[in-house]
Amino acid sequence: MFDSVNASAIKERVACFVVWLGAAAILCVLMWIVFDILMKGASQLSINFLLNAPEDAGRSGGIGTIIVSTLMILAVTITAAVPLALASAIALSEDAKSGPGLSGFVRRSLDVLAAVPSIVFGLFGNAFFCITLGMGYSILSGGLTLACMALPILIRTTEQAIRAVPSEYRHAAAALGLSRSTALFRVILPSAMPGIGAGLVLGIGRALAETAALIFTAGYVTRMPESLSDSGRSLSVHIYDMAMNVPGGNSRAYATATVLVGLLLFINAAALATTRYAGNRGSSHVMSGAIR
Amino acid sequence: MTLSCRNISFPFNADRWLTRLTRLSACVSAAIVLLVITFLLLESWPAFRTIGVSRFITDESWHPLSDRFCLVPMITATALTSGGAVIFAAPLGVCSAVFSQFYAPPRIAAWHRRLVELLAGIPSVVFGLWGLVILVPLLAHLGGSGQSLLAATLVLALMIMPTVALTSSSALSSVPAELIRGGAALGMKRWSIVWQIAIPAARSGINTGVMLATARAVGETMAVLMLAGNVPEMPSAIVSPVRTLTANIALEMGYATAEHRSLLFVSGLMLMGVVSAGVLIAELVRGRRHV
Repeated sequence: MFDSVNASAIKERVACFVVWLGAAAILCVLMWIVFDILMKGASQLSINFLLNAPEDAGRSGGIGTIIVSTLMILAVTITAAVPLALASAIALSEDAKSGPGLSGFVRRSLDVLAAVPSIVFGLFGNAFFCITLGMGYSILSGGLTLACMALPILIRTTEQAIRAVPSEYRHAAAALGLSRSTALFRVILPSAMPGIGAGLVLGIGRALAETAALIFTAGYVTRMPESLSDSGRSLSVHIYDMAMNVPGGNSRAYATATVLVGLLLFINAAALATTRYAGNRGSSHVMSGAIR
Repeated sequence: MTLSCRNISFPFNADRWLTRLTRLSACVSAAIVLLVITFLLLESWPAFRTIGVSRFITDESWHPLSDRFCLVPMITATALTSGGAVIFAAPLGVCSAVFSQFYAPPRIAAWHRRLVELLAGIPSVVFGLWGLVILVPLLAHLGGSGQSLLAATLVLALMIMPTVALTSSSALSSVPAELIRGGAALGMKRWSIVWQIAIPAARSGINTGVMLATARAVGETMAVLMLAGNVPEMPSAIVSPVRTLTANIALEMGYATAEHRSLLFVSGLMLMGVVSAGVLIAELVRGRRHV
């Protein structure tokens, strides 16, 4: 009797120790990665590094042109993906008559699309945008490829944000005789906006982190892009190229990684703040504002 | 209110157009995945026709420029790295979920969850850089150059751990509280409750997480490309360099032409097949639980 009690007490102790150890190990490795990147990179950072063009294959100079290319790629992605994602999410959440058949099919397709490996998006983007549509290696091809990639997460978060709007709003709008489109644009979308914003920020983060899909669509060129049909290198591709193909490029890769991780941390914090804001804001005055 | 009046006085019906437009957009979004599959099939068709499936296995090596098209070393490498990564990541991920749901004080649990989410958001190229500069020199002490099956597996495990942890955590949190309280009322201790009640009840959710993590490991490119060493031969030890299917595409797409290029699309098609089968199975498992 005492033995079995003892044995179970020891088992509890051991399990508790192992679980805390596992959690601590995760924390340590994460800290190791983040501090390694930030420490080694931060010493390289300067205003000139952020503004100048790369020289000597990136070993000296800065990443100014690469930041511009990255922003242009992101702009293309957002312009292409956001309207489509918003409209699709409205169809999935507000359109009761589209039936379980259509929305089930759309959802299943999006689940598969969300799981397509990024290198396969690279192959597809190369075959479709670069060659079939004749865009070549360009910021436009890269941005559109990323738009396909970011679409599932944008649709999912937007749909959740729209569904989270209380159904009383819809009933009140209907009782006031608002048409469905008026209710949507004046009542439902404005009150879902913080959630949609947080989703958008997440999608941007995903696109910013992407490398494999861009190598064979947006290309490698480090020059300042003059238009959307020029090839341009993103921050993540620059890190890869510095680390793997340029001997002695590691320190520059670290500095670029610091910029990228810093941007992503900032974006995460922004998403968190937006969600908090959405949670705290009394949504009632959105309603009163809409039916002014 | 003027807007709803306009509906009556003008023949233009905003609601009907809104419905049409949004449904059309939903169909376009769904069609993208079909477009991806169509292009993969179109581009890989020449390889199926002129090389034939059997030569992907029976050719003696991968030397695409001299007509040797054996994919077996790459398929083996993909299977080994992702299998190994899942073996490391699954227990660690479940451990993290159990920690945040049952062991940690609420405040620490929230911070732990945030850190795991942060780990999930680190770009794979940054994992690759860290592995290349920190982990590879450490592993070089075991023999070889350090860029090896082992290096790729370890970093891959780190990358997919958050997927297991976050899905398991939400599965564990949706275990009914009555079950947990019932166990406590019977005098069960914390670990017995976790091991005999919570984990069995959350099993299908945890399995879904592991499936999704496996799919992610199979499709991961950049970190593996930077850490695995990229030699297209069968590995003889865990410190041998290997080349995965994804790394092979990334390395050779730049200069591949004709059948060689087409064969890279075949590998893409394989990846797509494995990954979408995994996701659909995971969906089925999750769906069955809800019914």
